[in-house]
Amino acid sequence: MSRFAATFAKGPALVCFITAGDGDTDANLDALVAGGADVIELGMPFTDPMADGPAIQQANIRSLEAGTRTADIFRMAADFRARHPQIPLVLMGYSNPMTIRGPEWFAAECGKAGVDGIICVDIPPEEDADLGPALREHGVSLIRLATPTTDTARLPAVLDGSSGFLYYVSVAGITGMQQAALSSIEDAVARIKAASDIPVAVGFGVRTPEQAEKIARVADGVVVGSAFVELVRDHGRNAAEAIREFTASLAQAVHTAREVA
Amino acid sequence: MTVHTPQANSFRNQPDDQGHFGRFGGRYVAETLMPLILDLEKEYRAAQADPAFHAEMDDLLKHFVGRPSPLYYAPRMTEHFRALAPDGKGPKIYFKREELNHTGAHKINNCVGQILLAIRMGKTKIIAETGAGQHGVATATVAARFGLPCTIFMGAKDVERQKPNVFRMKLLGAEVCPVTSGAETLKDAMNDALRHWVANVNDTFYIIGTAAGPHPYPELVRDFQSVIGKETRDQMLEAEGRLPDMLLAAVGGGSNAIGMFHPFLDDPDVEMVGVEAAGYGIESGKHAASLTGGKPGILHGNRTYLLQDEDGQITEAHSISAGLDYPGLGPEHSWLHESGRVKYVPITDAQALEAFQLCCRLEGIIPALESAHALAALGDLTARMDEDKLLVVNVSGRGDKDIFTVAEHLGAEM
Repeated sequence: MSRFAATFAKGPALVCFITAGDGDTDANLDALVAGGADVIELGMPFTDPMADGPAIQQANIRSLEAGTRTADIFRMAADFRARHPQIPLVLMGYSNPMTIRGPEWFAAECGKAGVDGIICVDIPPEEDADLGPALREHGVSLIRLATPTTDTARLPAVLDGSSGFLYYVSVAGITGMQQAALSSIEDAVARIKAASDIPVAVGFGVRTPEQAEKIARVADGVVVGSAFVELVRDHGRNAAEAIREFTASLAQAVHTAREVA
Repeated sequence: MTVHTPQANSFRNQPDDQGHFGRFGGRYVAETLMPLILDLEKEYRAAQADPAFHAEMDDLLKHFVGRPSPLYYAPRMTEHFRALAPDGKGPKIYFKREELNHTGAHKINNCVGQILLAIRMGKTKIIAETGAGQHGVATATVAARFGLPCTIFMGAKDVERQKPNVFRMKLLGAEVCPVTSGAETLKDAMNDALRHWVANVNDTFYIIGTAAGPHPYPELVRDFQSVIGKETRDQMLEAEGRLPDMLLAAVGGGSNAIGMFHPFLDDPDVEMVGVEAAGYGIESGKHAASLTGGKPGILHGNRTYLLQDEDGQITEAHSISAGLDYPGLGPEHSWLHESGRVKYVPITDAQALEAFQLCCRLEGIIPALESAHALAALGDLTARMDEDKLLVVNVSGRGDKDIFTVAEHLGAEM
């Protein structure tokens, strides 16, 4: 059983995002796990993060200004895998840093580092002739994004080649800005579930345990990103304790959501 | 089933139906935008087949933009370079006068086409990015003409160095949104325009200003700008009874160049040269010459040559010309470069400044700094061309907007 399958089989999962190389990433990753995160998304910084709001844009800049290189990110990933053999690890970012040395190189490095999945923001199914097949070759899941503009006719193209889980972007917009109405999330998840049995994690604009709990009642996972990145912004290299506490409050809400309901 | 056979040996049958120019182009966008750009493509195909669309476009180009723009024989520039060239060398130099269009540059050709598409699609708000401000002014102009609200994203550094155009946009009723991320120039303006678009897909049309971005933008911008090359062809046949021997144009994103080149791509005797901005010089690392100094990668929806480091992080471009200050270029230029059909050469800030002044004094035409880059390549090119050859430079814009920048570099008090 893959790490993803084992994780989502246990009930609603808390998926946590931080930007690699922003603050003390190794300590922050450990804090996420200690607080109860079920899946980790490690953001690969990029100079031009077109789909991100101000919080994650600034995290990208801080990381790159601190000198983060692609090799450092794979080092962080491999070390994480050694410390936490069971927690699924996803790299999330943009196509240029992922494909600049060739999709094959990137997929092989992911495989070696123990990365379970990739989210590439700007490779839609139409342009996935190379990266997706290379990742599958190395046993790495390609996690696709579905959005409010992905209609029923288009959904099969998005699902085809997706594995691990599907990331439902609940608002048409950029990260960290506003949150969608629960009813629209519920409808969207039902639509995806009718087309596939892949686990569905919902994100964009989720900032509080209350929001997370409501989403966890209707989806397989809840993604929180900008709120963590803001903790790193505020606490610099000493963010681990704040991250652990915040993660614990989210994990409590997500893991008990179905019982409360 | 019909089998589609591309015309053999043609440089004019790109892109393919997925928007690829060879290995360049494509649609590298977030999923939120994908359904929208598929819709745009469908609407563009419908418009291409609709005589009413072409009739409205032609009418606006004639009566609102002021087309056709003249093809002007530049006698004193011709004499100047002939005097510098070896005996028997120095072709006749013509200017394609895009700077005489309404709003002062070629940008309006594309804006007229795109706003008609926006209206066909029922979109009620317009956004655009701008560097030098020419595309912003052209977009604000067509938005005013059709009564649609318009927001222009412009790097804060460009807002500072292009004040006259910022005020023009405001007079035309547009909101100018200064962008403070990154180096605060064109690339960052495009990032923020894309961010705004993704959050407002239902009612907003993004008028991209150059032949770049996700398919179908590179194709449709090229098509709307091809009026430049089509007119040049007719006008040169009328003036000289034959086609030109060389076409010369500056390349930032590359819309004025591709618009002039495309109708001639299958005329093997017509040579074409694109001029990239070399800033302080390629070796300085501070330039905007993505073909000369970059390599292929993915940014802003397309695969093309980009200035970037070995990890694929985009590096900052530099050019004295805000309109060329971008670390990439349109995907069709990348393809034409690799296929060898068009030759691309770098020109520095200093060379462009010199050509800017030369054109002012010899022809009584103040060119945009973008166009001055093309003019600066004349020395090398004319020295190897016979006297009876014909060369056309695309004077893509007028330089009124640049006089403050030029004054500063010349140490003049305004």
